Amino acid sequence: MAKSHVKMTVNGKAVEELVEPRTLLIHFLREQLDLTGPHIGCETSHCGACTVDLDGKSVKSCTIFAVQANGADIRTIEGMANPDGTLHALQEGFRQMHGLQCGFCTPGMITRAYRLLQENKNPSEEEIRFGIAGNLCRCTGYQNIVKAIQYATAKLNGVPFQEAAE
Amino acid sequence: MIPGAFIYHRPSSVREASGLLAQFGDDGRAIAGGHSLIPMMKLRLATPGHLVDLAGIADLKGVRADGNDIVIGAMTTQHELIGSDLLATKIPILRETSLQIADPQVRYVGTLGGNVANGDPGNDMPAVMLCLNATYHVTGKGGERRIPAREFYQGAYFTAIEAGDVLTAVRIPVPPAGHGSAYEKLKRKVGDYATAAAAVILAVSGGKVASCSIGLTNVAETPLWAEDAAKILTGSSLDAATVKRAVAAAEAITAPSSDARGPAAYRTKMAGVMLTRALVRAKANAR
Repeated sequence: MAKSHVKMTVNGKAVEELVEPRTLLIHFLREQLDLTGPHIGCETSHCGACTVDLDGKSVKSCTIFAVQANGADIRTIEGMANPDGTLHALQEGFRQMHGLQCGFCTPGMITRAYRLLQENKNPSEEEIRFGIAGNLCRCTGYQNIVKAIQYATAKLNGVPFQEAAE
Repeated sequence: MIPGAFIYHRPSSVREASGLLAQFGDDGRAIAGGHSLIPMMKLRLATPGHLVDLAGIADLKGVRADGNDIVIGAMTTQHELIGSDLLATKIPILRETSLQIADPQVRYVGTLGGNVANGDPGNDMPAVMLCLNATYHVTGKGGERRIPAREFYQGAYFTAIEAGDVLTAVRIPVPPAGHGSAYEKLKRKVGDYATAAAAVILAVSGGKVASCSIGLTNVAETPLWAEDAAKILTGSSLDAATVKRAVAAAEAITAPSSDARGPAAYRTKMAGVMLTRALVRAKANAR
């Protein structure tokens, strides 16, 4: 099958590759670009472990072909840290609030939460839970993930983080 | 899971897309958001040899008013429906329904056109379109034709779409100002298809139902327009006895399958429960 030529920007770098049309974006990122941060969890569009940011949208990269992303601007967990190499507020939040146990869902969670906070600078707990409804975690029960996102929200807004009373 | 091989096409006009789909016939599929089609392709339940991507056609995007109608481009995503101020004001049931479809990631990509054209009885928008008396704009070999949503659905995955057709837009007559609406959906978990769901649009005048329309999701091979139930309710004050009769009329037209979402009898009853709740809420938010 003839390959297609695709160009895109991934984590700020211009990328040019040949892909089979049936290549899913997640396979393209992991196998051709060696970006193994986005994970393959369910492969059925449910779990969100493969979430990447694509042209300002959170997208499940297992449910889009790489050719459909031709021309897109993509950010994965590998592109999340600050330019000086320090952790992004969300990464710091997941670390400080113990927002992970096995860590498998974390890249998708952080990438999704990044877009959520771009669209809503100060989400309520309910809005956070609704906003990450497309990302499954089988370890934490979500409590600390929500706290991690609240931590990042506070940091990005320059206000002290206060944990809600339980 | 790796889908079967295909040749990818990205036309820049509806005419070109329609021509490609006519040329490939059963071996070609249009892809909009792809969030129904790509999972099917991964499972090899769909193995098109040619995929015609509609994403490059600028005409298929956007929400606009046209006289007393609102016209929504087929490639408008659920996320864009949720963000539309025009829809929030004029037809709030679309925002409410969109928020109950799948999850955020899917809503960024999933389109209204794909949702209504696919013919999946589990999709939420078709019943809402029956309820709203929407019309679909379809471009095919002979040019554009307009198909009422109430005549579009023939069976599970069988619709009035023929080879070479592209559904380009959805036209919805704006319900009367002050109308009430609700979409009540029972689902097992976030992101699931409905066990049963009911869409209601109604207008209230002097405490009585002046007009009413009802759509039901995922309780038959096609979405259902519960015409008899709505007739029973029209003129009533939604008193308990009348609602009970209308719910019985709605339940009578359901024919759900028994599956992981429950046995058929349960799903029929849940359609009735969803309808009852939707009526209460629609009346409460009517002005």
